[in-house]
Amino acid sequence: MTLPPDQSRVPSPESLVPCPEFGVAGKAGGGMNLDPRPSVICARLKKIKRVIAVTGWKGGIGKSVTAAVLALILGKKGHRAGLLDLDFAGASAHVVLGADGLFPKEEKGLEPPFISGVKFMSVSFFSKKKAVPLRGANISDAIIELLAITQWGELDFLIIDMPPGINDAALDIIRLIPRTEVLAVTTPSVMARAVLERSLDLYKRLKVPTLGVIENMTPQPGRPPKAGPQSKMARSVWPGGGVRQNLAGDIRFDPKLEAALGSPEKLLKTIFAADLEKISRAIF
Amino acid sequence: MIYYHLLMHEWALAESVIKTAAEHFKKEKLKKLSEAGVVFGELQAIDKEIFSFALEELVKAESKILTGCKFKVIDEPAAFKCRVCGKEFTLKSLKKTAAEAEYIHFIPEMAHTFLKCPKCSSPDFEITAGRGVYIKYLTGEK
Repeated sequence: MTLPPDQSRVPSPESLVPCPEFGVAGKAGGGMNLDPRPSVICARLKKIKRVIAVTGWKGGIGKSVTAAVLALILGKKGHRAGLLDLDFAGASAHVVLGADGLFPKEEKGLEPPFISGVKFMSVSFFSKKKAVPLRGANISDAIIELLAITQWGELDFLIIDMPPGINDAALDIIRLIPRTEVLAVTTPSVMARAVLERSLDLYKRLKVPTLGVIENMTPQPGRPPKAGPQSKMARSVWPGGGVRQNLAGDIRFDPKLEAALGSPEKLLKTIFAADLEKISRAIF
Repeated sequence: MIYYHLLMHEWALAESVIKTAAEHFKKEKLKKLSEAGVVFGELQAIDKEIFSFALEELVKAESKILTGCKFKVIDEPAAFKCRVCGKEFTLKSLKKTAAEAEYIHFIPEMAHTFLKCPKCSSPDFEITAGRGVYIKYLTGEK
């Protein structure tokens, strides 16, 4: 499978911005106190062609399912795909994929295990079904550690399952992987609209490329999915502004999705996956 | 034994130390980097033998400009302070299984998942010292 036609968005390895240093590691006792880990993050991600952060601004809107199924779809198409779950507080991509019993392999770092053709890394490997109660600075430290020790190798796409909102994790990813492209997920709820508009505006000001907005759980079962800003939902719910312009497509509410969770094979046969596959063809 | 060393995740952190030291060497336009003080935080429990082996191998293979640099290991005991009750405590006062220690070894922040304040049992504590690996100092000749 060849890469999508829009190669202008794909950064070349030479265009990669060096990882910024943290400088002071904040330890007691004086001295330089250099945190060495950020220096290797660019090298770890050097052979990854595109980094896509699947994000959204509310919980429970389908970010993790979208990220995981998107990685499965890309893998099925023949792309080398990876999935990184950075939602430390609510890690659930492993539940979506049914990744129980897997663990990274030590190989000059940690090599992510494969699940249905997708390389997968998650904090869930290390928390073992327990809560991960981290404050902001701890989240940053854990993200840097994970990025510094994970050996992804060559990938066409690394999909990152982000926690909700623009918070420590989002700001860290923007800072540490400046070439990250954002794919936003929302729902038809009017509650999501204002915060979505503000967030898109912020990404624009931060100069983070936005691939588009996916509207999930569109309540029109049986209706053929439509992609792009001219879809019915785009016209009715998002009458103007950045959201409508950025709408990548909608995904119908799929009552059978829940039963498919935990099985990549079943997931790929859902209406959810069919609609997402159509959107992925339009944006990649 | 050597093959086992090559597999360990310490290699990735040793690589970051070498890369940072090499960047400092170039940035400061040094003729020679004579010594690097590398702190090993007790919480992450890095294997010193493996780490030192990785440093030597990486200098030989990828960073010859650091040849002759002495890497001095500095142990830093882990220290914690509870944000809820203010209790200050050490790692030795905490219980953890071998598996939990392994997860903390990979991601030290997992301490908040598996460890708790010995006084009030809260996981909301600060790691005030001894988290992981960092470079305390680099000395060289201009």
